[in-house]
Amino acid sequence: MNPSELERLEIDLLLETVFRRYGYDFRGYARASIDRRVRQLLSSSGCTTVAELIPKVLNDAEFFSRLVRNFSIPVTEMFRDPAVYRAVREKVVPLLRTWPHFKIWHAGCATGEEVYSLAMLLKEEGLYERATIYATDFNEEALDLAREGIYPIEKIKAATRNYQLAGGKGSLSDYYHAAYDAARMDPALRERVVFSVHNLATDSVFGEIHLVLCRNVLIYFGRELQNRALWLLTESLVHGGYLCLGTKENLQFTEVHAHFSTLDHAARLYKKQVPP
Amino acid sequence: MTRAAVVMGGSAGSLGVFDAVLGALPEDYALLLVLHLPADDAGSFALHLAQVSRLPVVEPCDKQRIEGRHVYTAPANYHMLVERGGHVALSVDERVNWSRPSIDVLFESAAGAWGRELVAVILSGANADGAMGLLAVKAAGGHTLAQDPAGAASPLMPLAAIKVGAVDEILSPEGIALRLIELANG
Repeated sequence: MNPSELERLEIDLLLETVFRRYGYDFRGYARASIDRRVRQLLSSSGCTTVAELIPKVLNDAEFFSRLVRNFSIPVTEMFRDPAVYRAVREKVVPLLRTWPHFKIWHAGCATGEEVYSLAMLLKEEGLYERATIYATDFNEEALDLAREGIYPIEKIKAATRNYQLAGGKGSLSDYYHAAYDAARMDPALRERVVFSVHNLATDSVFGEIHLVLCRNVLIYFGRELQNRALWLLTESLVHGGYLCLGTKENLQFTEVHAHFSTLDHAARLYKKQVPP
Repeated sequence: MTRAAVVMGGSAGSLGVFDAVLGALPEDYALLLVLHLPADDAGSFALHLAQVSRLPVVEPCDKQRIEGRHVYTAPANYHMLVERGGHVALSVDERVNWSRPSIDVLFESAAGAWGRELVAVILSGANADGAMGLLAVKAAGGHTLAQDPAGAASPLMPLAAIKVGAVDEILSPEGIALRLIELANG
């Protein structure tokens, strides 16, 4: 067995250990990124082989937490891909208006920046009071930050630019309070948000959702797990409901492809339909 | 030995070198390229290369299958990785060497996927991205080339790779093109 095959086996065993010991299932994740993260963890751990990480993970819950943090590095920003938010505003909002009450599921919300972005958009469209927003992630630490809604002030400049490009009707500063080096989001933005832990790899369907946002989450999954998650999202949607994926993700070649029509290709906005 | 794939990375001052190399091919390689770009770039690198290359140039989606005689350019604000079995994986992980896409990330994953069948090329640029990746390619048995720093608009990137001992051959842009053609033909 050459060194690269050996490393592969050791990573398989590490992931198996994490799953059977703690229930977190990374076995079906896209492997190239996992390999990279394991190597990062290894180089900061003082160990020389991946195999040495296995007893550490087994016996040391703190080391396991480090591994989870390392495997789910949340990278997001307010109004990430502003054109997507513009498309939601122009193409989805008119249809949300036709429902007296609607539910939105932000699957894989990480530290919550995009949840607050969506809340602002709905406020400006006069629809916020009709919405219930489920914001979920499997990373509890990220979710705690999302609940707090306090972000570093140096991120506000880019956020302000994105807000404007996304078609914001007011000013981003209407929605946060700057204190020292932090921007504290207006608590009114989370009045209708329910933050909860949910793992797309192992948990089940949410009911009767009108809009699912799941952006740059499925890219971390292997094909099989990706299809599982896509079925879960599809089954959670009402007929005529909307799915929004990351701008480099593609429903084509997935198992659920026939269940959707394309509303806006560039924004990766799809509408659930009865398969032909 | 057949070489299945070429990965190339460049930053400041490398666009013309990409043009020179791409203009000289087609061979059977799959070519995967990283050019450091502003985060909001909308595919300008792929559009540009499509003008100079006889090969189809694609800015891939996640999980896109990699084929020979095709050029794949990393999209702005994503890392581009290669999965064993030959498809693209994109990620939005944090920047590496202040860069997303990062050359190291592409090279290291390609080394794992292609091993001895890979050729990696580092071009002009003003930081050290790519040096560790090139080293990983070499360690996995791949062949590594660097643009001659003496002729590079920004010599730092090839110099960093040479300094860590990652480079098999130092060549001019024309030399890189010729060498890739030779390597493709065994």
